[in-house]
Amino acid sequence: MSKIYEGWEGFTLGKWSQDEVDVRDFIQRNYEPYEGDGSFLEGPTEASKKLWNEILSLSKKEREKGGVLDADTKIISTITSHGPGYIDKELEKIVGLQTDVPFKRSLQPFGGIKMAEQALSLYGYELDPEVKEIFTKYRKTHNQGVFDAYTPEMRRCRTAHILTGLPDAYGRGRIIGDYRRIALYGVDYLIKHKELDKSLLDDEMTPDKIRDREELTMQINALKDLKAMALEYGYDISEPAKTAQEAVQFLYFGYLAAIKDQNGAAMSIGRNTTFLDIYFQRDLKKGLISEKEAQELIDHLVMKLRIVKFMRTKAYNELFSGDPTWVTESIGGMGIDGRTLVTKTSFRILHTLTNLGPAPEPNLTVLWSKHLPIGFKRFCADLSIKTSSIQYESDDLMRSELGDDYAIACCVSGMRVGKDMQFFGARANLAKCLLYALNGGADELVKDKVTGKPLQVSPKFSKVTSDEALDYNDVIEKYDNMMEWLAKVYVNTLNVIHYMHDKYSYEAIEMALHDSKVRRFFATGIAGLSCAVDSLSAIKYAKVYPIRNEEGLITDFRTEGDFPKYGNNDDRVDQIAVWLVKTFMNKIKKHYTYRESIPTMSILTITSNVVYGKNTGNTPDGRRAGEALAPGANPMHGRDENGALASLESVAKLPYEYARDGISNTFSITPNSLGKDD
Amino acid sequence: MKGVIHSFETFGTVDGPGIRFVVFFKGCPLRCLYCHNPDTWTTSGGKLLSVDEIVSNINKYRNYYQNGGVTISGGEPLMQLDFLIELAKKIKENKYHLAIDTSGWCFNSKDIDKYLELNKYVDLYLLDIKAISKTKHLELTSKSNESIIDFARFLDKEHKDVWIRHVIVPTINIDEESLKSVRNFIDTLSNVKKVEVLPYHTMGEIKYQKLGIDYPLKGIEVPSKEQIQLAKKILLDKED
Repeated sequence: MSKIYEGWEGFTLGKWSQDEVDVRDFIQRNYEPYEGDGSFLEGPTEASKKLWNEILSLSKKEREKGGVLDADTKIISTITSHGPGYIDKELEKIVGLQTDVPFKRSLQPFGGIKMAEQALSLYGYELDPEVKEIFTKYRKTHNQGVFDAYTPEMRRCRTAHILTGLPDAYGRGRIIGDYRRIALYGVDYLIKHKELDKSLLDDEMTPDKIRDREELTMQINALKDLKAMALEYGYDISEPAKTAQEAVQFLYFGYLAAIKDQNGAAMSIGRNTTFLDIYFQRDLKKGLISEKEAQELIDHLVMKLRIVKFMRTKAYNELFSGDPTWVTESIGGMGIDGRTLVTKTSFRILHTLTNLGPAPEPNLTVLWSKHLPIGFKRFCADLSIKTSSIQYESDDLMRSELGDDYAIACCVSGMRVGKDMQFFGARANLAKCLLYALNGGADELVKDKVTGKPLQVSPKFSKVTSDEALDYNDVIEKYDNMMEWLAKVYVNTLNVIHYMHDKYSYEAIEMALHDSKVRRFFATGIAGLSCAVDSLSAIKYAKVYPIRNEEGLITDFRTEGDFPKYGNNDDRVDQIAVWLVKTFMNKIKKHYTYRESIPTMSILTITSNVVYGKNTGNTPDGRRAGEALAPGANPMHGRDENGALASLESVAKLPYEYARDGISNTFSITPNSLGKDD
Repeated sequence: MKGVIHSFETFGTVDGPGIRFVVFFKGCPLRCLYCHNPDTWTTSGGKLLSVDEIVSNINKYRNYYQNGGVTISGGEPLMQLDFLIELAKKIKENKYHLAIDTSGWCFNSKDIDKYLELNKYVDLYLLDIKAISKTKHLELTSKSNESIIDFARFLDKEHKDVWIRHVIVPTINIDEESLKSVRNFIDTLSNVKKVEVLPYHTMGEIKYQKLGIDYPLKGIEVPSKEQIQLAKKILLDKED
């Protein structure tokens, strides 16, 4: 007979409570779908208003100081590195900061000491010499490990930016701990399960098993640290949460531990509102809290998520056009039994956009299905018009692959919470790859430092020698060869990166909140899809003549005639896009991927397409060197001439099975062009 | 038979109810000073398309138009009346709600049978009333408005639903007298389901530059909030 905890009073028990860790089962047995509208919602409490104003004034000071208010230069951030920190202890219903002082950025050198040092010096801080010595002389970083193993070819790809944004000098992020487990089970229960999993790993000590045992020990230690951290804030989280306030607080402690431990590019929080709603409903029914107090808890959680901060370098901020953290929270969706997963707390978290005003973080992401309740759909549409702050993703598409307890990491990357993790792989620039195909792998924009000639990035492939109009079949053959090479060096580069990240910057607390037998994705990505596709279309349907520079490299094009452009629902060109996605993914799949991970691919850039474009020369579609590529799977700017639906239909043809890590389309529209008020 | 087409908009949200496919015909007899589509004035450079080509394109998006439909705009659709009738017939056969966005200027009683035939397929006319005073209309559009008034009366007689659209331009038709004359005219019609006040905007100016045409309303500001309010009050009995 398994133990029944006080925190489980009133819950329907089942598989989840029978010595298992199964949050989904708990949700399914206990949640109440909500089909109504937002009229029950409450405004912010006085405490919330006051607290938010204090945060706004800190934000103002931070901006005035040039972007960083305070930074730690000495204490290395770990789960227990800093004592408790508060914005206003009396007012905060949900507590916990990354350091002991609000807005003080933590020092995270495990990804790379140079990055940490550069980021500090950019804002006028000096890294403590002793820390620098330790992380140069005695303690290897992820970054150092990667560069010890990189081949010259990998370095060339990096220098020439055909592979860009690789997580080789910073935390890879994208891993989402199942923070709900802390609230539902308490930490001791989770430790017990991890210890059991570890005890099963005996017998032959293969390298894999040794690593698994070591990692499980690190996970268990991280859970103990988590408990210690919470205790400093006055919370004992060894047993399950007993109230809604405790549930929110416990869950947030888990997330806080993750961001103290890791500074990943995207530190998403998961899918929490349906889970939390069960606790709210229980307290509301008991009369322990009012709607106003329920909203206050969510408002306070969201305030904390809005002030997640990391030290970043200038290059990093340029790549991402700002200082984003991608604290993505996935909301709503439908259950596989047909009930909606929308609850009142789905409304409450979106309502923070009204109570606290619009904000880009946390990245509130609605899992959209045509079956969502109409009241929720209207509520979302209304808020989108008012705040432009909601991201939408197709639940209907993802549910078929991932079930109904998945969450989004970063922008589009879906994973089952606590069951899947991923090795984030940035992206390969397929527009630039096409130029390499024409020039046999020589880069027109980057010089070889020794010879002063254009850098030969790939081995010398056969190039286009004729000055006649480019021949489509010849270009396709060359492009195919170049992609074959690129896919291989790309996968190998990522293998190196993730081997080293596991070794030198392992995400112990996040992985402690996953099943021990986790499914791993190998998340590659591509940039420049529409530019490459339109270029191929130009070569196929118009006449594109190469123009060469003094060195004989093709650096520009003269185009005669018109050609169909991606984004107009025209199969002549859209099928080239489908072909390209499938072809590159199939090439990725050919190679060994680290830790038996499943290769996936994303067609995603929200902002970094600008930087990728800077590193890409003139392209046959007429785009000039340095101009931005289109974001994600978007058509090139201004080339979709038949309105939004034609444009979206083109994008929708891309096969999700070949881009399982997600496809993004950035769609901007002014409220006025969506129709009239009267 | 083929029509001269300027372009398509697959996600039209301002030309009739719901989400609509908008077919822009090329060619227009008027030269309205505030026109924001000068690229649709002439028929030169237009795409020659058949009814089937257009309708099969619309059908690709059928699911989106369940609460909307198709709007034929321009340019001036009535300029290609025979083609328009064929196209409207086919669109109706495909069970779309059909609206036609027109100035009505082409209306001519000798073609009455054709207009009666067209009416069989059209659910709604979006009728642009620019000015009631003949001289003002001439000044504003380069043409007189007699046939437009006739067309409005014809649609009324035939009980066809109409939305009246009235673009308001400062210094030209935004004075109380002009607005009241429009209102009085609308009040004589029994088939008007909606009146839309469209404030003049300058988004078309860039197209004039591209076409190398002088922008006729250079220096004229967009209507102020107060002017829009006055127009709405007079035309819609509405204060907001």
